[in-house]
Amino acid sequence: MRPFADLLDRLVLTPQRNAKIKLMTDYFRAAPDPDRGYALAAIAGTLTLKTVKPNVLRQLVLERMDEVLFRYSYDYVGDLAETISLVWEPAATGKPASADLSLGAVMHQLETAGRANVHGLVRDLLDQLEGSSRFAFLKLITGGLRIGVSARLVKQALADMGNVDVTEIETLWHGLSPPYVSLFQWLDGKAGKPKLDMPAVFHAVMLATPVGDNDLASLDPKDFAAEWKWDGIRVQLANLAGTRRLYSRSGDDISGAFPDILEAADFEGIVDGELLVGGTMRTNRATRTFSDLQQRLNRKTVTRKMLEEYPAFIRGYDLLFSGERDMRPESFLTRRAALSALIEKAVPSHFDLSPLVPFSSWEELDRLRKEPPDPVIEGIMLKRLDSPYTSGRSKGPWFKWKREPYNVDAVLMYAQRGHGKRSSYYSDFTFGVWTEIDGKDVLVPVGKAYFGFTDAELEVLDRYVRNNTIERFGPVRSIRAEAGHGFVVEVAFEGINFSSRHKSGVAMRFPRISRLRTDKLPSDADRLETLLAMIGTAEGNLAPPAEPI
Amino acid sequence: MKPETLLYPTPKGLFCEKGGFYIDPVQPVERALITHGHADHARAGHTHVMATRETLDIMRSRYGDAFCVSTQEAILGTRTTIGDVTASFHPAGHVLGSAQIAVEANSTRIVVSGDYKRRRDPTCLSFEPVRCDVFITEATFGLPVFHHPDDRGEIAKLLTSLKQFPERAHLVGAYSLGKAQRIIALMREAGYDAPIFIHGAMARLCDYYESEGIALGDLRPATIDAKDKQSFAGAVVVGPPSAFADKWARRFPDPMPIFASGWMLVRQRAKQRGVELPMIISDHCDWPELTATINEIKPAEVWVTHGREEALVRWCELQGIAARPLHLVGYDDEGE
Ligand SMILES: [Zn+2]
Ligand SMILES: [Zn+2]
Repeated sequence: MRPFADLLDRLVLTPQRNAKIKLMTDYFRAAPDPDRGYALAAIAGTLTLKTVKPNVLRQLVLERMDEVLFRYSYDYVGDLAETISLVWEPAATGKPASADLSLGAVMHQLETAGRANVHGLVRDLLDQLEGSSRFAFLKLITGGLRIGVSARLVKQALADMGNVDVTEIETLWHGLSPPYVSLFQWLDGKAGKPKLDMPAVFHAVMLATPVGDNDLASLDPKDFAAEWKWDGIRVQLANLAGTRRLYSRSGDDISGAFPDILEAADFEGIVDGELLVGGTMRTNRATRTFSDLQQRLNRKTVTRKMLEEYPAFIRGYDLLFSGERDMRPESFLTRRAALSALIEKAVPSHFDLSPLVPFSSWEELDRLRKEPPDPVIEGIMLKRLDSPYTSGRSKGPWFKWKREPYNVDAVLMYAQRGHGKRSSYYSDFTFGVWTEIDGKDVLVPVGKAYFGFTDAELEVLDRYVRNNTIERFGPVRSIRAEAGHGFVVEVAFEGINFSSRHKSGVAMRFPRISRLRTDKLPSDADRLETLLAMIGTAEGNLAPPAEPI
Repeated sequence: MKPETLLYPTPKGLFCEKGGFYIDPVQPVERALITHGHADHARAGHTHVMATRETLDIMRSRYGDAFCVSTQEAILGTRTTIGDVTASFHPAGHVLGSAQIAVEANSTRIVVSGDYKRRRDPTCLSFEPVRCDVFITEATFGLPVFHHPDDRGEIAKLLTSLKQFPERAHLVGAYSLGKAQRIIALMREAGYDAPIFIHGAMARLCDYYESEGIALGDLRPATIDAKDKQSFAGAVVVGPPSAFADKWARRFPDPMPIFASGWMLVRQRAKQRGVELPMIISDHCDWPELTATINEIKPAEVWVTHGREEALVRWCELQGIAARPLHLVGYDDEGE
């Protein structure tokens, strides 16, 4: 248990992506089966355990400890599982905690224990585990494990461990279950790739690269089809051999939140498309915004009222399997024709076909891109007519060409030190724009950004923060920001919407500091009214969905 | 005599009226007895100072020769008459030169522990329990949550990380007096014999420990030109915790922030400080050591000073030991 507990402790405190991957890869290489498989499940969120109620734990600890001393301890630590892991004194008569009980052994005992014995078993295990293992154990059985590692990241660590592409892991993922022994045997090179017997598994999706400055000059428009890029979430719908599943683009099973779509999927095959809310083109009703879609995301179940108010549908982009037939080696044109035929027969209220955008020159397409016919469009997709469906992101077959991000000039108001590499720099900034309150112009914070600038620009920003601090609250510094003295930055962002959670009433999507405007004074910065006006023309997006854990 | 008349708290610190002296006073006084060299206990500006030779040396090195008018060296275990009382100094196991001070008059004895710990520390003498009527204990980590793990395991975490991330400089924040030297000595015991780089602020104290016969191995100043930044890849750099939030830290390649402190036991504390690798190593007692020490000394009464007074007082009450908090002010937490 200790190596797993140590890994969790390190992951929680490690901000850098690569360092997290390294910690996980090293652990997976060193730990035996089935321990590492259970650890993988705990991190990726695929572990199913009977959970133990906080009250039971409180009871257990108070069997041995004065209630007042426990309260002092809990008040200080602030987290129940952590408090108990720290105050627990093994019973004097308990078994010697000499050997480290393995994660696999702990899981086995939990899985085989009857309901009635759980109380005693938890007490026993707490006695046998040492400090940080007790913490990990308590987090597992209370279901409170939060370590800031996405499913995608842990899959990358597995890929690194076995020196395979991450898309291979993603393709296998939903066909396997804890403790993933066959997966690790394969990654260790001791066995072949696991064979999947459930066909409706996720197949890694094909991704586009952004259109760069000179990319189009050398390409012939005649080789490409153009499609609108819809602002929902990319999904894969599989219905094979009686199993229906809806996956997000990273392979998370989101079927539970979309029973309406699964029920309507009466065709066999695997479709790639955009999940949206509103009416399909086939029913002649409007596609609704991302914020409407958000009402349906990140739910385990969904109410009837939700289904009626926020009906979901899929706008088809591509066809990976037609029945059992693998379409991926076929050209885009062939797949598209098959997809079109399939959708024609599908339920009109839940499926439509993403229309192609006719164009003859890049200039024409550029104009269309900047003035799309629907507010739920966030750009253009370009797909080579002869390209097969390949998983992952390789440059050439597919491009995405987004609408210009929005820009405003804003004034830096607060700064906070960054993490890891940047922990000695003030690199996280809160910026604001002007608004009138009680007849006076004041700056109101409208967002936070911590990237977009170069290392050299960060030096400039950091120096400014250090030389112009007017107040400190913990790690945050308040920076001098007046009409005639302050630091102006150009902030680029991809969307903007109303928000009741922000004092300014607006929330930006993906803001970044795109330029330092040392040539401007704070009095030249934008006003809140400008931002509010942008909402009218914006794509109507709230914050992006949280990355699934 | 009543212990409350032998020693009692005042705004300047703990006062012994019959002896005319203060223990670890926080303001300048005529006569001071000092338990150990940490800046919150050992301040400059007193007229007469009595302390162990090591503590006097440490004060001199920090404040200069004029830190007081006259000094008196305390020999461990030897009784000295001061006014109408006798005082004696006994090892406290906290840092080099640290001592408990026993004060006695009319067959009433009070022991002031100062800061102390019960674990083995290669850089100082171990705590010696002294029988007494009243034991005045610190309570920096006086909550049942504090169980400091074996320090060898904490050192092993650092050594593992050096192997795992050989491209990163490992920046260890440690209090300049005691903690830094203990970490270095423990690393040497664990077989780490590469040069260890130290921040300028701790060079003098490390030199002093060496001159007292505590071997710290190859120590080098952590100063470099920007051009040989890479030479710190995989190196261990020890400095005061405050230096790591500073521009100073930027000279090192991809620095890993590490902090050696008893506070690192609580995960949220480590996270708030941006620490990536917490090392739970403390120069104070943890909860089991505090309670075991009281059980071992069996004083008639326990007075609790700086730290988490209420929990330790509660524990004493549950054991049927008379206890009260002293509410002294002016003493810091470990390394904070
Ligand atoms: Zn101290
Ligand atoms: Zn102290």
